[in-house]
Amino acid sequence: MRGWLRRNHWWRPLAVVLVVLALLLTFRSLYIPSDFGIHGSFTYNLYRANNLTEWQSVTVKYQGREFCGSCHDKNYKSIMAGPHSVIQCENCHGPGIGHPDTVKKLTPGNSQQLCWRCHVYLPYDGSGRSVLPGIEPGGPHAPLGEECYTCHNPHAPQLLPGAQTEEGGS
Amino acid sequence: MSADIPESMPHGTETSPAVQQQPAESGARRAVSRRDFLKKTGLLAAGILTPAVALEVIFGLKGAGAAQAEGLATAAKTTPHWQFLVDTNKCVGCGFCVKACKLENEIPYTLNASRTWVERHVITKDGESHVDSPHAGQYGFTEPEIDLGEGKTLAIAPEDISKAFFVPKLCNQCNHPPCVQVCPVGATYKSPDGVVLVDRKWCIGCGYCVNACPYGARFFHPKYHTAEKCTFCEHRISKGLKPACVQACAFGARQIGDQNDPADPVAEVVATRRVEVLKAEFGTDPQCFYLGMDAEVR
Repeated sequence: MRGWLRRNHWWRPLAVVLVVLALLLTFRSLYIPSDFGIHGSFTYNLYRANNLTEWQSVTVKYQGREFCGSCHDKNYKSIMAGPHSVIQCENCHGPGIGHPDTVKKLTPGNSQQLCWRCHVYLPYDGSGRSVLPGIEPGGPHAPLGEECYTCHNPHAPQLLPGAQTEEGGS
Repeated sequence: MSADIPESMPHGTETSPAVQQQPAESGARRAVSRRDFLKKTGLLAAGILTPAVALEVIFGLKGAGAAQAEGLATAAKTTPHWQFLVDTNKCVGCGFCVKACKLENEIPYTLNASRTWVERHVITKDGESHVDSPHAGQYGFTEPEIDLGEGKTLAIAPEDISKAFFVPKLCNQCNHPPCVQVCPVGATYKSPDGVVLVDRKWCIGCGYCVNACPYGARFFHPKYHTAEKCTFCEHRISKGLKPACVQACAFGARQIGDQNDPADPVAEVVATRRVEVLKAEFGTDPQCFYLGMDAEVR
């Protein structure tokens, strides 16, 4: 056995392999954070645990209508009294993050298209669209270029006092 | 070494005449004694087993299993397991959910990909199924024409329509997510609350997960160049808020619930009512449940 050991020529390459392996393991231990590992099953839960905290600390942008109502109580009450009470303020006005400190005004842009999202008539009986009042863009009720809010208050969409009704409403 | 020769020689003579003809010394070197054979086999076996042992040492598999099982048992009581419920009967195709999702999660608004999207399904009386989702539905469905892409549209006469409806879609947060299985670096995972997340610092952008998802729920984020997907708004649900799309939905078509909360009304619907999942045959165990689903929807 001793002679076999002495004569064998693979001790040197083996040493090289071991050194390389040691280097790889050292690099691995330095490079891979300690929270990376199996947190459950190897198939689905091999991850860096701190990443969960990173995702949970993403900034919330949409604040919800109660946040808006804490200052704009008059608008809040008028919306909540009408059929548009189901619509969040931020759907049209945009996310409330930074308002009012950095973002002074939250003006809804492209107002006619905002109304069209729900109120363009589509012949889809099976969908919720069919139960909403529907118009035809460019039709007699909704001439293109004329904003819906000239006749309807988006917050309380019943016709504004003095608005013409001879076209027949929705 | 000389002790080996008497043992090995008969063996050599039995099997190979070539060995017999060789000089005694070289024959002794080539033939294998039982002792040598066992020693070398033992070394080889040890060598083969080493990587497995090393893996166990590196990942701390041993001993941790019992502790994790205990941890999971206690966590199940307190940690939520999020489920999504979509009522397709209620969806009007306004697309406010997609708008809210994109702005909440900083997905470029002009990017033609989204974490969630709304599909329009129009099935005509001749049995044809037409599906579109222009800009993921983020501007709502304001045109009666079906968007065929590349600027082409298809007009369908109202009298030809057999049925038409909208289907909101998002990541199904599968209990057996194929996207997670294929990740070669452990960058995507099933979090303890049931949401499948992507580690942007760890993702190498290989795209296996994008291909593996049977629902097409993944894409690349143009800024981070990593796989991107719905997180059920993890940053919101972990604070007790609703996901941005759920909050934005005016009609209650999108709801989220906690399976581990016995008092949760959404989880109760999922548990007690007739609900459908997408592509159940893939065995992914999706956690998005649909009410009013049609067989045409895939």
